[in-house]
Order: sequence, then structure tokens, then C-alpha cells
Amino acid sequence: MLRVLRARLQQKHRTMGFPSGPAPEMPDRFAGRPVIQEPCPGDCRVCRDTCPVQAIRRGEDGRVELDMGRCLFCGACSEACPKGMIAFGPDYQLASARRGDMVVSPGPGTRAEAVSELARKFFSRSLKLRQVSAGGCNACEADVNVLGTPAWDMGRFGIQFVASPRHADGLLVTGPVTGNMLLALEKTYAAVPEPRIVIACGACAISGGPFADHPEAKNGVDSVLPVDLFIPGCPPHPLTALDGLLRFLGRPVPDCKKVI
Amino acid sequence: MGLFIPHIYNGEAISLSSVPVVQVKPFRLAVIAHVAAGDLISAMFAQPLGDGFRLYAVLCAPLREQLGIIATDVADSYPALTPDCPAANGFEREIFEQWGIRPEGHPWLKPIRFQPSRMTGQTPAVGITEFFSMEGGESHEVAVGPVHAGVIEPGHFRFLCHGETVFHLEISLGYQHRGIERALAGGPGGRTIHYMETLAGDTTVGHAAAYCAVMEALSGIQVPPVANSIRAIAAELERMANHIGDLGALAGDVGFLPTLNYCGRIRGDVLNLTAMLCGNRFGRTLLTPGGVRFGIDPDRRQRLLTRLDAVEKDLDTALSLMFSAPSVLARLERTGTLSMDLARQIGLVGVAARACGLSHDVRTGLPYGAYRFDSPPASTFHSGDCFARAYVRKLEVEQSIAFIRRQLNAPSAQNELRKPLLPLGPDRVTVALTEGWRGDICHVAATDHEGRFAFYKVVDPSFHNWLGLAFALRGQQISDFPLCNKSFNLSYCGHDL
Repeated sequence: MLRVLRARLQQKHRTMGFPSGPAPEMPDRFAGRPVIQEPCPGDCRVCRDTCPVQAIRRGEDGRVELDMGRCLFCGACSEACPKGMIAFGPDYQLASARRGDMVVSPGPGTRAEAVSELARKFFSRSLKLRQVSAGGCNACEADVNVLGTPAWDMGRFGIQFVASPRHADGLLVTGPVTGNMLLALEKTYAAVPEPRIVIACGACAISGGPFADHPEAKNGVDSVLPVDLFIPGCPPHPLTALDGLLRFLGRPVPDCKKVI
Repeated sequence: MGLFIPHIYNGEAISLSSVPVVQVKPFRLAVIAHVAAGDLISAMFAQPLGDGFRLYAVLCAPLREQLGIIATDVADSYPALTPDCPAANGFEREIFEQWGIRPEGHPWLKPIRFQPSRMTGQTPAVGITEFFSMEGGESHEVAVGPVHAGVIEPGHFRFLCHGETVFHLEISLGYQHRGIERALAGGPGGRTIHYMETLAGDTTVGHAAAYCAVMEALSGIQVPPVANSIRAIAAELERMANHIGDLGALAGDVGFLPTLNYCGRIRGDVLNLTAMLCGNRFGRTLLTPGGVRFGIDPDRRQRLLTRLDAVEKDLDTALSLMFSAPSVLARLERTGTLSMDLARQIGLVGVAARACGLSHDVRTGLPYGAYRFDSPPASTFHSGDCFARAYVRKLEVEQSIAFIRRQLNAPSAQNELRKPLLPLGPDRVTVALTEGWRGDICHVAATDHEGRFAFYKVVDPSFHNWLGLAFALRGQQISDFPLCNKSFNLSYCGHDL
């Protein structure tokens, strides 16, 4: 018993102050919200051809757009761009309630809204989630699991993963939704009582990720279920996920104002 | 000893035509004899050739620091190896499922991952197959999954029980199948490195390192020493993070909460060290064929060393607490025991094999990259139970910390991080083994006339080890399953591909 107490004293209290205190320090090489500059030669397509998952396109106005829902944040485009017009900044606030809001255009980006009226009304003080991995590679799974450890402690906000869909208010889905998991995902969703929400976590769950257009899998959760929150990344940093969950519930979070 | 199989080095490319192609009978005898003499089957797979198929076997002879590759041509069936060589079981089921080649005499060709047939494109309905069954008074079955209670990947488990005692555990996987091997053929392309990094996402560095070794062998380039060192540092950080997480989870499964909570956090601290290298906690984007994309400047080196010291200190109290608590030890010892003999027979690899006293470790047995100059000694323990699998992890974490420190304390005067990749040589084949945190990762690739992948075979350590978990459960209480499962902590997606 004394050993346990001694160890407890040595390990100290490590739960972070976020969101009322400062956000944990992010790695200096972290690849967050992409920043696209202009002007860009109209006939250049280096970034589009380099992107392994077709996340970059030209919009109707001819400007370069990057879809964070497809993006793996691998940086291949910024490495390839001959003019250095694409970079990945430190902004970790990437989650969005609408799929369309994840497309980044040139210029200073605005944070997409993540709040859901349904979530704010019913779950803002208690959100129980059933996690379903439907082809997830165990990176998204591991880094949402970490939110339950003492350092992140999302239980502080009443957010918790539960063992049964019957005890859950919604699903947090990872992976592109493999053909072999389709039925299990649908059954799990059907077992969640209404009102219920669905969160798509990671590039695979949003768009299929590296497996987009594979016949063995779907192109993400919203091809099967209605999705209420999208958390981009490969995998999303735990801070991106926690920030997204809190904003989803309409709870206050600090604004990540860092710009590059 | 059977037929002599010419050897190749780990990460060496040879001409595809120099792979010996023999008759089926000597092929069988050679593989069976080599495995009986202590070799491991690193990979066994088929490729279509003309009207039939070419069957390849890659053997790993750890004691002789060699790999061997041998092939035979078959039509649509051949005499199975499994009855004489149980380690071939998974491979033969896979070959049958993918190509419809029937290993005659195989005891039970159950689907292994319910993937589309590479011949007809038809997909069997997942989980629908025949399972072992048991009849009698008080016997019953417990079915679990594919969706589990925790935040983990999907798989289906069936326990055949008599009262609380498990007679057999049947493991039925395939839910994670994403078609990676199919998509790799014809590459490399823009997505190839991303397939590697997400084959088993908790082993991003292990699989990416094997892929890089394949690419570098096929294009005939040497990686700068600094890049090899950074790759090895990242691989050891990956090992540490996963082992520490597993040790915490094992403590949690026996209700010992202090270590569960401390290790949960310390694991995150280690992931943050990886993020210090490349910005991503799992090492994504760090490795690239030819080298690495990020270097370690002196300031970063110092910060890494300082934080590694803090990790070591926190870990020391967390683990000594766990390993000195009689209540923890009583639950770990003699739970889920595998014998060394069984481990050899079914071809167990990695932590699970070293916990049965087998000393095979790719880093020491077939060293690659920075491990050619400094390889952590293989950590073994003899008891084969949950305790051994926990204890080997603890030993390996300690060795990894020492290794990372040695690498960081010996900065190189050179600073070249990557070499340009040359076009891949045509009609070549290579085998690359790395020691992932779970064990042997084997990648086998061959190029066609134009230097594109004719095939790319991936064998994750979990492919060898799932059967080990099934055996570990025999005669155990069903309530010990979470503990046994966590002591192996195998990958579903690495198996399902």
C-alpha cells in the first residue's frame, strides 16, 4: 500500500488544463489545417497529380481547393509544389459538422462549425459512445482510446465509451467501412436508441482514406449512415478529436488562433 | 535435411529466374524438413502462371542468419503440407481462399479472411462457415464479436466451454479486409506507402521499414546511415509505446489500476516522442523509400534525450509496482501457457515466441539497417504464460530505451537523410524482414518486365500468432480470455489486410 502511495506521489497529477486552461503543446512538425496561397499558375497540376487520395482539385472559380476529409496530411503536395503554395499549419481545430465545410480554399481559413443542435440539446453534459472499427487500422482506435487516459480524461465532460450500443447515445466509427463489417455496423447502429448521433473519425471513415474506391470497402461512413460530426486526420491528433467533440456538444473551447 | 535451398540475405534482391523451381514432391520435402530443423515459414503464397500457379515458400533460418526461397508449379491442387507441418496451416487456407488451389489432405480448409476470390471475384459471406462444435451435458458455446466491448478492432471468437473451462477457442477473422495485396500489384504508386503505414496502423514504422527495404533492394540503392539510425529509433519508440500500453492494459485486466493509469499516460508520452520526430504520433510520413523525410537536429536530440529520461523514471515506478504485487503475479503466472515445443510447431514469432524461450528476433538473427551495427539482445523468458509475455515486454522496453539512447548519443557527422530512388529493376524478387513490436514482419515483392510489382506479399506477425492465442485458451477459465488476449495483443487488420 505504501509503495502504491509513493508511486502515486511520484507520478503526480497530470490531467491537462484544456479546455479551460492551455491546450497541450503540439509537436513543431505537426501537420494541421492546410494553408493554400495564391496566385497559382492556371495550368499547373503538380499538387493534384501528387496527392495519393485526390484530395486536391480546382474549384469552379479555378482556385485550388483541398478536401480535409480526404487528406492524409502526408505533405506530399507541399513537398511537390514548385512554388511552395501549400503548407500544413499548426491549427488543430479541424472537426466539422458538415462534410462540405471541410474543403479548404486559398486565404485565411475560417474554423468550420462543429456544433450539432441535437447533440447540444440532448448530450451536452453526457455523451456515451459505442466505438465501431469498420476497417480502421488501429491508429484512430488507439488515439481515441487515449482520450480516456488520465492525461486527457474526457470523462470530465461526461464523454465515455460504453460496451454496448444499447447504452450508447451514438457511434464513433473508424475505418472506411469494409464490406465484411457493413452488416455489423448497420446492426450496431440499429441497436442504438434514438435520438442518436454518428461520428466519423479519421480520413478512412470520412472518405475511404487510402482505400477510397476499393471494391472491398465503402468510401466512408456517410455512404451508409447519416453522419453528424467529421473528425479529419490520419489519424486525428487526440486534441483534434477532443476539441471536435466539445464543440460538437456546444461546449466552450479556446480558439486556436495560431497562424503560419 | 531434404533439399538444399539457396539462401539470400535479408533485403537482398535476386533475379526472379534464379529462384529454384522444383517438382512438388521435393518442394514439400524441403519445406517440411527445414521447418522440422527449426526454420520458420516467413511466407508461402501462390501466383498465377500460365494455366496454373507458381507456389512460393520463403523460409527463415534464424540460427544461420539466412532466408531461403523455393518454388514449385502446380495446376489446381497439390498434396498439403499442413499434416506434416502445422505451421503451414494458415498459409494453405489462404492460398485456397485466394486462388482456389486445393491442398489435398489439408484437415479443414476454413475461410481465413472471407476475401473475394482472386479468380472469380466472388466474396463468401463473412463469418458463415462451419465451426468446431462440442456436445454433452453442461457444454455450451459463447460467441463474441465482431463488434467487441472495448475500443478495438473487430473479430469473431467462439468459445467451446464445459462449465467455465474453455476446451477450445475458435477465431474467425476477415472483418477488416480492405484488399491491400490486390491493390499493391502493379505498383508502386502514390498510395503504396500509405497502404504500408495502415496495414496495421499500430505498426506503421515496422511495415513502412519493410516496404522501404523492398524498394531499396529492387532499385539497388543504399540508405544513408543517418536515415537507418532514425528509422531504428522510430521503430524502438513504436515498440516501447505498444509494449507500455499492453503492460498497462494487462494490469487493468487483473484489476490493478495504478499501473493501468500510469502506463496509459506514459504510452502517450512515447507517442509524443515519435511526433517530435515527424509530427505524427504513429510515425506516419517519417519513412520514405531511400531514407527518411525528417532529421534530428541537435536541439531536438537533446529534447528527446531529456524526455526519454522522464519516461524511464515514470515507467520504472509504474512497472516495479506491477511486477512486485503478488495479486498481479498470481493472475499472470500459469495463465494461458504455451510450451516451447508447441510454439515451434505452429510457427509462433515475436514476443509470444520469446516468452516460450525461443530466441528468434529479426534484429539479432537477420539484422538490417542500423541493427547491423548495434542490435538489442533478444529478450526471452521460459514460462510461456501471460507473465512471460508481460515480462518479455518489460525487458524489451528497457532494451529499447538503452538502444535509443545509444543512437541519439552517437550523432553522425553526415546529414544526408535520403537518396534518390532509381527505377526498380525488372524481373527481380526480394524478401525483407523487420522485427515489428509483435514480431516478424515479412514483405516479399517481385517486379515484372517493366519494373512494376508483379506481386507484393505481406505477412504480419499476427498471421502466425492468432493460432497461438487459441491454444493458450485451452483448459483456461473463460474469464481469463481478456488477459490472454491482451497478452498477445494481435492485429486484426494486419491479419486481414
